[in-house]
Amino acid sequence: MRLNKHLTSAHDLSSRRQFVRSVIYGGLAFYGMPAFARASKPPLGHVVIVGAGFAGLTAAKYLREWSMGNIKVSIVEPNPQFISCPQSNLVLGGSRTLDELSFSYDLARKRHGLQWIKDTVTAVDIANKQVTLSRGNLRYDRLVLAPGVDFDYSRIPGMSSPVDDVPHAWKAGRQTLQLHQQLESMPDGGVFVMTIPAAPYRCPPGPYERACQVAHYLKKNKPRSKVIILDANADITSKKGLFLQSFQGAYQGIIEYHNNSSILQLDTASKTIKTDFETVKADVLNVIPPQLAGKVAQTAGLANVDQRWCEVDFTTYASNVNPDIHIIGDSISAGLPKSAHMATSQAKICAAAIVDIQSGIPPNPLPVFANTCYSFVDDKQAMHVANVYRYDPAKKSMVSAEGGGVSTKASVQEGDYAQAWAQNIWADTLT
Amino acid sequence: MMKRLQLSIALSCCWMWIASFSLYAEENNAQKNISHATTTLAASCAACHGPQGNSLGGTPTLAALNKEYFIQRMQGFKNGAISSTVMHHHAKGLKDEEITALASYFATQQRHTPTVAPHQPFEGAQ
Repeated sequence: MRLNKHLTSAHDLSSRRQFVRSVIYGGLAFYGMPAFARASKPPLGHVVIVGAGFAGLTAAKYLREWSMGNIKVSIVEPNPQFISCPQSNLVLGGSRTLDELSFSYDLARKRHGLQWIKDTVTAVDIANKQVTLSRGNLRYDRLVLAPGVDFDYSRIPGMSSPVDDVPHAWKAGRQTLQLHQQLESMPDGGVFVMTIPAAPYRCPPGPYERACQVAHYLKKNKPRSKVIILDANADITSKKGLFLQSFQGAYQGIIEYHNNSSILQLDTASKTIKTDFETVKADVLNVIPPQLAGKVAQTAGLANVDQRWCEVDFTTYASNVNPDIHIIGDSISAGLPKSAHMATSQAKICAAAIVDIQSGIPPNPLPVFANTCYSFVDDKQAMHVANVYRYDPAKKSMVSAEGGGVSTKASVQEGDYAQAWAQNIWADTLT
Repeated sequence: MMKRLQLSIALSCCWMWIASFSLYAEENNAQKNISHATTTLAASCAACHGPQGNSLGGTPTLAALNKEYFIQRMQGFKNGAISSTVMHHHAKGLKDEEITALASYFATQQRHTPTVAPHQPFEGAQ
């Protein structure tokens, strides 16, 4: 209570600003804050976060740390566990299990004093600053949406809704296991067909990494089999030269890459796909659907770019449609890769900005952050793309700084780095 | 009466504790002179180098690293004097003053054994 009184009764706003600024500048952790201080009315308001993936959970942690517990954070997430999409392609290749990619939320929840609500947001009442849950309404001072991507089946001719036998496995979980089992059941000499939607979609190099992982499994276990990639894009969208080294090297005769191959008609019963150039029949069919911002961002009317993605201010991640609502991660329109590292970097800029806004001080006008993304081509070798991004006020976007780039080739050393990346980003997000 | 006294002592302790934290933070700020922009930039290094630069292994721990050494390495990656697989792609994108600021930030972070993310068997719900 004294903390609350101290902060809210102070008429000298500058001293309050100094208090918060000093906390941020000092980079102090919140771990030692006693329970009674946390239980009092939050001096810097209540932030509700929708979605506990890489973006949402990171925002929650850093909002608590950088506000020194002076912002109350509630997080709404329907799923009981955190399942890492990064490395989930390795489950298909056989070098990872889904158990190794599954985590408990409990440590982050307890350590950071998060109010955890296992539920789904069905509506956002912008005028009254509240969200509707299945068990009632929740009021907020600021709302952060981190819902990831949703799938748009209306754009797949012949598959207007999900089909049990045709997994996307583009959100790690049961479908990852299902696709792995289908691969194990496929006869030697079978055909694995994967369709890639037009960009933007979650994890640009992900489909090509998946093709390599499936080919790695087939080469070892069913060497007469094939992987056919039907890519709606004009070319490989990420790490092109590096993936071609694998397609034309280790996996020559196994992987066939077909560009400009949008689905004209799909028959899920016979697993047959017609494109402009050919008709392909699959034994195992993996359709990665076209994507758009997570449902809650759509229903809140924030998907203002092609009615698919959300436009934001990159200094705060406030929606350009409604500045009281922040959007981070895969749902935003950014021209940047939709990666886990990108999601956590955005979440940190957003968290710092919200602490500033709630304290009455202007957010950093020139944010800078890094992105590193690894792809595995087999069980041991990986390659990276790495860039620094800085805000360009004239372009109002995050622009890739000079000097970024990709590996010269996939290597075991980078495979080790990729494992280290995973351990560290999991620890940063989940502890 | 006794209860009120206890409550009053508890609240006083609480207030002193919070005040000391605040003072510490201000002192910390003055000593470190670390800007908000540096804190968020440094935080984005965590994906590979761990929370506050405390790596879980496989990449260098940056917490409590000597400031001059950090600058020497990063400038080496930037100008090509030190070869690297990944870091030159980051170092070349950073301004000299950002490298210096990151060096100051990481030099003042406490080195500790970071907590491993809590693995749990897949429950099959999603």
